[in-house]
Amino acid sequence: MNTIDHEDFEAVIGLEVHAQLLTQSKAFAPVAAQYGQAPNTQISPLCLGYPGTLPLVNENLIRYIIKMGLATNCSIAPKSIFARKNYFYPDLPKGYQISQFETPICEGGHIDIEVEGYSKCIGITRIHMEEDAGKSIHDQDPYNTLVDLNRAGTPLIEIVSEPDLRTPQEAYAYLSKIKQIVQYLEVCDGNMEEGSLRCDANVSVRLRGSEKFGTRTELKNMNSFRNVEKAIDFEIYRQIELIEAGGEVVQQTRLWDTSKMETRIMRSKEEAHDYRYFPEPDLPPIIVTNDLLDEIKEELPELAHIRQQRFIEQYQLSLVDAITLTENRYLADFFEELVLKSDQVKASVNLVLSDVLRVLNEQSIAIHNFPLSVTRLAELLNLRASDKVSSTAQQTIFNAMLEQDSSAQELAETLNLLQVSDSNYMDGLVKQVIDANPDEAARYKEGKKQLMGFFVGQVMKASKGKANPKMANELVRKYLD
Amino acid sequence: MSKQTIRSVQKRIASGKLRLRNLVAEHLSTIEKRNSDINAVTHIDYESAYERADNIEAKIKEGKAGPLAGAIIGIKEAICEAGKPATCASNILRNFKSVYNATVIDRMHNDDALFLARHNMDEFAMGSTNEYSVHGTVRNPHNIGYVTGGSSGGSAAAVAAQFVQASLGSDTGGSIRQPAAYCGVVGLKPSYGRVSRYGLIAYASSFDTIGPLTNTVEDAALILGSIAGHDKNDMTSVTNPVADYMYAVDNPNKNIRIGIPEEYFGEGLDAEIHQKIMSLIYQLEVDGATLVPIKLPHSEYAISTYYILATAEASSNLARYDGVRYGHRASIDQIKELESEDTALNKMYKLSRTQGFGMEVKRRIMLGTYVLSSGYYNAYYAKAQKVRRLIQQDFLQAFEQVDIIVSPTAPTTAFPIGSKLDEPVQMYLNDIYTISANLAGIGGINVPIGFHSNGLPMGLQFMASVFEEERLIASARLIERLQT
Repeated sequence: MNTIDHEDFEAVIGLEVHAQLLTQSKAFAPVAAQYGQAPNTQISPLCLGYPGTLPLVNENLIRYIIKMGLATNCSIAPKSIFARKNYFYPDLPKGYQISQFETPICEGGHIDIEVEGYSKCIGITRIHMEEDAGKSIHDQDPYNTLVDLNRAGTPLIEIVSEPDLRTPQEAYAYLSKIKQIVQYLEVCDGNMEEGSLRCDANVSVRLRGSEKFGTRTELKNMNSFRNVEKAIDFEIYRQIELIEAGGEVVQQTRLWDTSKMETRIMRSKEEAHDYRYFPEPDLPPIIVTNDLLDEIKEELPELAHIRQQRFIEQYQLSLVDAITLTENRYLADFFEELVLKSDQVKASVNLVLSDVLRVLNEQSIAIHNFPLSVTRLAELLNLRASDKVSSTAQQTIFNAMLEQDSSAQELAETLNLLQVSDSNYMDGLVKQVIDANPDEAARYKEGKKQLMGFFVGQVMKASKGKANPKMANELVRKYLD
Repeated sequence: MSKQTIRSVQKRIASGKLRLRNLVAEHLSTIEKRNSDINAVTHIDYESAYERADNIEAKIKEGKAGPLAGAIIGIKEAICEAGKPATCASNILRNFKSVYNATVIDRMHNDDALFLARHNMDEFAMGSTNEYSVHGTVRNPHNIGYVTGGSSGGSAAAVAAQFVQASLGSDTGGSIRQPAAYCGVVGLKPSYGRVSRYGLIAYASSFDTIGPLTNTVEDAALILGSIAGHDKNDMTSVTNPVADYMYAVDNPNKNIRIGIPEEYFGEGLDAEIHQKIMSLIYQLEVDGATLVPIKLPHSEYAISTYYILATAEASSNLARYDGVRYGHRASIDQIKELESEDTALNKMYKLSRTQGFGMEVKRRIMLGTYVLSSGYYNAYYAKAQKVRRLIQQDFLQAFEQVDIIVSPTAPTTAFPIGSKLDEPVQMYLNDIYTISANLAGIGGINVPIGFHSNGLPMGLQFMASVFEEERLIASARLIERLQT
């Protein structure tokens, strides 16, 4: 990736993020909205745009978007209306999308993002709801375009940021924050690769210090977080180079080409759709009462930044550890449950941050698919806390648990990892080691206390690793000090 | 067949004086005799009519029948019945059959109505003469050289010609009341939201209403009682309680304040119609009514306002007829042969829609698309929305002074077929007295008031405040009584 060296310029970036909502049914039809079903099985006369059908608003659509609005500090309009966005496409059955235009339900919010050591407040212009189109499939039949309308009418929210972002890294951080919020609220699964989170970017550049915005381009087709960052980076460079070469940026929509790693023109301003928005006459205005608002506020979960702060105070975590643990709501839940069951904060932190995260990364799985239950892990931590196994043994048992269903205790036994704390046995072992190493014993007595490590090591070796090292330490001191 | 009501038919069947299947046969034979001239019926349900008649008759005899038992009903092609053609009189839906019932169909079926026929109409309910139809022009039963009015011309003519006992039509700018006036039948347009629109093929969603066309006010009241009320499938339908409309038929209040809007009795109104209405109203005054001159000052803007807003909605509502999922699609050969720089997809859209829609529908789609275009939205659509509110205000203020407003339904009686086809604006003026009720969302009713010296029927319109259909029915009943 390039790094900006055209120091005279700065970029102005705004993001439009579409989040697919996790409602059971479609936005405006009582039809299941499940993904991955056989084509054209999640449909009804309404989804097909049959004559005479009318839309019905899914109540959860309203609740979900209000949650999102509250979580991003937006004001919630007591009355807003739906609008029709008109265009022709084979996977758009009614010839229009039901959306919101002049009066979105959420406006004027903001969120804080953290980027490489600084934090920044990014404005949210608006959040509105709309229905998704179906899918046109161009590559399965050599002669025809196929249309799958399962997705037609599934609910989306569009989150529009202010042009407050200045670098691709800020855009990445903003997008990550949005993902975190939708996941915390459980309104969207936040999976960009699968399309449940989609992002378009408006990008322009201007001379540093200039108040005026440059001409912007709109970037589409960036289907991962990294691609958003790369595409914006590419586009900033393209625009700067264009201007420096004496050219002018033209307002247009551009597609990110992942294979060529470049943006290319999709349509010019002249070819832009005139969507002919107008108020949707089939739906009454959306009225949000104070009662509904209070009810939804009650339902709001503790959001990441608040939880982060609580973790620092309640568990005395470092900021870095608190951020990592709260990045994902379910990881944070997992951690807190482990603390609750094991009653060990530090050990829980270490286990989750090192072992659990390592496994998640290695296996590319989400925390809810993590193979070990909190109960089993708590048992492992307790085994270690009661000194029955060494820290090395804990690691070995953890790895073994991933392979088999036995409990930590059982594995410690079968793998012969239980520490021996029997005092007669230990006493004999220590004496035996001292007797076998008279020179070292003499030097220790003369003051070479560093030899403690040597004695404990010998004891461990003689016991084949099973001896309790703490006990060995105490016994050596008893005989030689 | 005389002008018997649904109630009287039911009584005669109950007492064994009449067989419902014989009544069906009688209607079918009337259709057979005259439909080739009138062209009001586009589809007949031969298959199940007799079986259904016997079932309903049995229910009547057991005393378990619903209020519409004995009623033989026709339905405008714009209202969906499962398994039956729903062409909307358009080539683009020529072979289309609905897969589900409109809510009004379910409700009337549950009340034991028998659906015999489907009715011709102006294509997508756009028209005031029923000349714009893929099924051909509908002709006025009182003189087949004359138009029926529209867009529910088939529904009005079918009732007037005794093809059916009653029918359902839809009214977006006068499409029930105006053809009812031209054909001499009762036509009731309920307030917007009173009757579910679910299953009514949309023309202009914020104006469209479904209502009955009948021989008598009583039948209109009976049918409205069946179809009115909130429907969970239509979020614009209201939860306000439904009044007892039959009570209004049997006990019409004579001590009413009748508003006479000066704007509705001015230039352009046929003198005979004017005179007839006034003579009837004076009789009502003698019987106890108070006549109140009122003003509806924004009336002059009604037609332009309507043609901006209704066509805007129509341009969007009709976008779904694109040849992709159902309805007419241009043939592959035609698409290939079309010389154009368009993509194959755009060629398919253009050809299918060009072939599928008729002239008037295309005119309105273009007008509606234009007024919503960026740069024109504020000048047309947004401004028309404001005027619509002013017109609503006019009526709100008027109904503070009066219980009901009287007016002609149309400026003239029916006119010869073909005489206004070349003058769309003249054609639009036919709706001048009916269109405001749709803009204001209030109800209106046409009551026949006898015949003009030209031999054609004349009509009077009442308009009442929103959701006060019982007032429309009671007042119409008073007029009806004066004439029998």
